[in-house]
Amino acid sequence: MRSFSLGDLLSLLSALQWTAVLVLIALGFGAPLALALALMRTSASRALRWTATAFLQLVQGVPLLGLLMFFYFGMPVFLGIEMPPLVAVGIAMTVYTASFLGEIWRGGIEAVKHEQWEAAACLGLSTWHQFRYVIAPQAFRMALPPTVGFLVQLIKGTSLASIVGFVELARAGQLVSAATFQPLLVYSIVAAIYFAACLPLTLWARSLEVRLNGAR
Amino acid sequence: MQTLNFQQLWRYQDQLIDGTLHTLLLTLVAAVLGTAIGVAAAAAVRSGPRPVRWAIRGYVELIRNTPSLIQLFVVFFVLPGFGLRMGAFEAASIALGLYFGAYCTEIVRAGLDAIPGSQVEAGQCLGLSRWQVFRYIVLPPALRSVYPAFTSQFVLLLLGTSLASQISAEELFHTGGFIETRTYRSFEVYAVICGIYFALVMTFKLLFAAVGHLAFRWPVRR
Repeated sequence: MRSFSLGDLLSLLSALQWTAVLVLIALGFGAPLALALALMRTSASRALRWTATAFLQLVQGVPLLGLLMFFYFGMPVFLGIEMPPLVAVGIAMTVYTASFLGEIWRGGIEAVKHEQWEAAACLGLSTWHQFRYVIAPQAFRMALPPTVGFLVQLIKGTSLASIVGFVELARAGQLVSAATFQPLLVYSIVAAIYFAACLPLTLWARSLEVRLNGAR
Repeated sequence: MQTLNFQQLWRYQDQLIDGTLHTLLLTLVAAVLGTAIGVAAAAAVRSGPRPVRWAIRGYVELIRNTPSLIQLFVVFFVLPGFGLRMGAFEAASIALGLYFGAYCTEIVRAGLDAIPGSQVEAGQCLGLSRWQVFRYIVLPPALRSVYPAFTSQFVLLLLGTSLASQISAEELFHTGGFIETRTYRSFEVYAVICGIYFALVMTFKLLFAAVGHLAFRWPVRR
């Protein structure tokens, strides 16, 4: 047994890097998927809409922890090879991000009046250009505050990666706590680090909400 | 490549049912506790003195900006320090209740804010008592505006109870871990567990949709 030292604090802070890596992976792969899902959900084709809806209901009807376990233990079953935890966790976080961001962005797209699509079509724009130059900029304003709000959910969600043994902030907290026998102190510090990372985003989301809605 | 084998899981049917019931119990206890906190806190934020308002804001922000998992750990390790000996299930109920309470505070506050003050004044002009104003003018539209956010938060709580397994509270996910150590069928076990959560979530979503449809029939004038 040893007491909590500066070194422990540094190891917690350096584990924060891996939390950031997870967030970036989830956003990097999840955001394009989310855009695809949002477009499928708002498309004219019933088959596309239903496929996307089924995917969303499925992912949002299962705990994130279950999603993690599913991919962590499922990868060897599906692919026949062992995967490092980062891959399984990355896939689970990507799927999670895609489903929630997809819903948020669908809301943004649907909040733009349908006449805007028609007006753009009248100007002879292709469907993609209608979306890209007319709908997307307006939907972006609507969807930005909840998107930033979701970032907070995502940062908090990465803490579950600790459960499959991936060493990010929460897992580092468990390790330090086990080494020092000071769980209260260690977990309070871990909570404070998460809080420091999330609070600015929460405040930013709130100010965006006021600003963007006020301008409408 | 491994082959899938669900047969061994059948023997653990009773444990799975028991785990499901515990998950539902945990969800309900946390929801009731959280709703009580949420309503009280939202009322206090509207009319309480400034220190109380600040304390509630702090509580809400603290809970909403830290992971639920860490909250569970803190509650689980903090309470014994104050001489409160309790099991994992009780600790999980408190932690998740506090978690749900923070979100509930915001939901209820938004619901109350959605009612224009002029409607309350109109009710008072008609000679209604304070209770009548609350019961007939404030409550119905407030419930209606709160309902969608509250029910989706409830579903998130149901899914979030899975984290209680990490402090060894015996709910569905914990049951999964137990069966996993007995059968070594990790993937199958968690696939089944996910299936049960999915069935629970879908049941609640349909139930909430049906109740909402029946309870909020009056038309909205825009």
